[in-house]
Amino acid sequence: MPTGRYKIFLGMAAGVGKTYRMLQEGQAERSAGRDVAIGYLEAHKRQETSDQARGLEAVPRRLVTYRDVTVEEMDLPGVLRRRPELALIDELAHSNPPGVEHAKRCEDIADVLAAGIDVFSTVNVQHLESLNDQVAELTGVRVRETVPDSVLGAADEVVLIDLTPEALVARLREGKIYPGERVEAALDNFFRIENLAALREVSLRQVAESVEAKRLTLETMEPLGTREEKVAGEVPKAVGERILALVRPQPSSQRLVRRSWRSAQRLGTDLDLLWVKSPGAPIEGEVERQVTALRQLASVLGAKFLIEEQDDLVATAARVASERGTTYLMVGESEPRRGLARLREPLPQRLMRAIPPGVDVRIVAHRSTDEEGRGR
Amino acid sequence: MIEHVLVAIALALGLGGGFLLARSLHAGHGRSTEPVRRILLPFTGTEISRRALDAALRLARAEDAELMPAYLAEVPKRLPLDCPIPKEAGNAMDMLEAIEQRATSQGVAVDARVERGRSYRHALARLLDSEKVDRVVVPAGGSIGTEGLSGEDLVWLLEKAPAEVLILRPAPGDPKRLAVNGSVPDRSPTAPSRQDVSGLS
Repeated sequence: MPTGRYKIFLGMAAGVGKTYRMLQEGQAERSAGRDVAIGYLEAHKRQETSDQARGLEAVPRRLVTYRDVTVEEMDLPGVLRRRPELALIDELAHSNPPGVEHAKRCEDIADVLAAGIDVFSTVNVQHLESLNDQVAELTGVRVRETVPDSVLGAADEVVLIDLTPEALVARLREGKIYPGERVEAALDNFFRIENLAALREVSLRQVAESVEAKRLTLETMEPLGTREEKVAGEVPKAVGERILALVRPQPSSQRLVRRSWRSAQRLGTDLDLLWVKSPGAPIEGEVERQVTALRQLASVLGAKFLIEEQDDLVATAARVASERGTTYLMVGESEPRRGLARLREPLPQRLMRAIPPGVDVRIVAHRSTDEEGRGR
Repeated sequence: MIEHVLVAIALALGLGGGFLLARSLHAGHGRSTEPVRRILLPFTGTEISRRALDAALRLARAEDAELMPAYLAEVPKRLPLDCPIPKEAGNAMDMLEAIEQRATSQGVAVDARVERGRSYRHALARLLDSEKVDRVVVPAGGSIGTEGLSGEDLVWLLEKAPAEVLILRPAPGDPKRLAVNGSVPDRSPTAPSRQDVSGLS
């Protein structure tokens, strides 16, 4: 059975209109003749939201009692029994109480999708695991309900519900987000303009990255040709120069990264860093430290740091270069080869033979620390 | 006759093998499991005091330590702390390249960092949280290369740093600096002696 299509409405904060937009699109689908049902709706007593839900059938919630407290939750078996073509399920990051099928609502949604039902859902950016710390640092507010970023990656579509911080604050002041008595506290804490501006940027970047990842995935699904064929055949696509640097978790790689980044700056292009890790080798101790340093450097430079666990460095580098549309491959100078390794063809030559046509290989020399020693 | 040749070959192989084995054992001994000592040299901007850099290099040589030059970058609050900082990164990359060049010429291993923070102190605190260092060498507040670190920041560093802190007073009329963005680095001095190191303490 084919899985359902998954669409997520992502927002920077409560009140931007994610749920409203989800309901609006649900209504449009219903008008187009599809069978739409609300799996779970959290209207937060907002009149506009409740109005938008009018006319849509809602699967009754179920009551779950935990530690003498009874709460209303989405009835997953009920949704699956009802089996609409499209289910609207609000707040995918919600944690379920013990005693139901799954710990998280996003896992409930996975079941619904697996049953072939399309799902529209909503989430705020601070619920994404990788951004949780960052958002907490920016806003001073940490949310406990988080979901893995892969949830966003698994969606067929991610729609960013964007609103300027000023417009959101205006909505808050008008009492459209929280009741009057909570407005001032909200304005003094989470809903400060600088917080919202930072959150907005985080959301925009998140969606941009998600779009980029999807574009790259689509590229890899297409038949490979030479670079010239790709360029000729894909005019609207953002094809240009792209640099891939093969790094290792050691300080000498930083020079390679610096050189590669400088080249990327000159060409006005993107930089990817790739470490091909031996399968099963643990990332701990000094390796972990260096990996963290490389990751940090990549983040500062706006480069992408990729780790591939493979035996074959050359084949992996060639595959990644092909997938990412690399036009320059940067490698560090090889260590002096000893023993039987001398009989092996040098890495640059092996790379040249394996990489897609049109990709240049550039070697960045080490700056050996025993230079002076050699001179003595 | 053939026996003699065979014996000679066997002897030569034995001697050669013994030599290689001894060398490999010696090399293995050199790579002891003793943790590497690290000297942190934090800086900001596009210049660093040559005096501070040279002091850090002298110490690194004397202690067989690794130099960790660290560029501290301030990220405005309106931006996420982990956002790319291309303009600052440009300065950092040039400075780190220049420092590495100088360190390498003196036989000192370098493991550079770029750390972001809401303030220079915040960046330094984050760095000290994530990296274990044995010493911190920093020019006094307002000196070249640490304009961002105030006297208060240095007091904070003395109190909080989990390492020995060496704050260098600016030498009167010390014009030497390692700089990027058009300034020409001074490349004249050679590696200093151990005596110079003791003179710093």
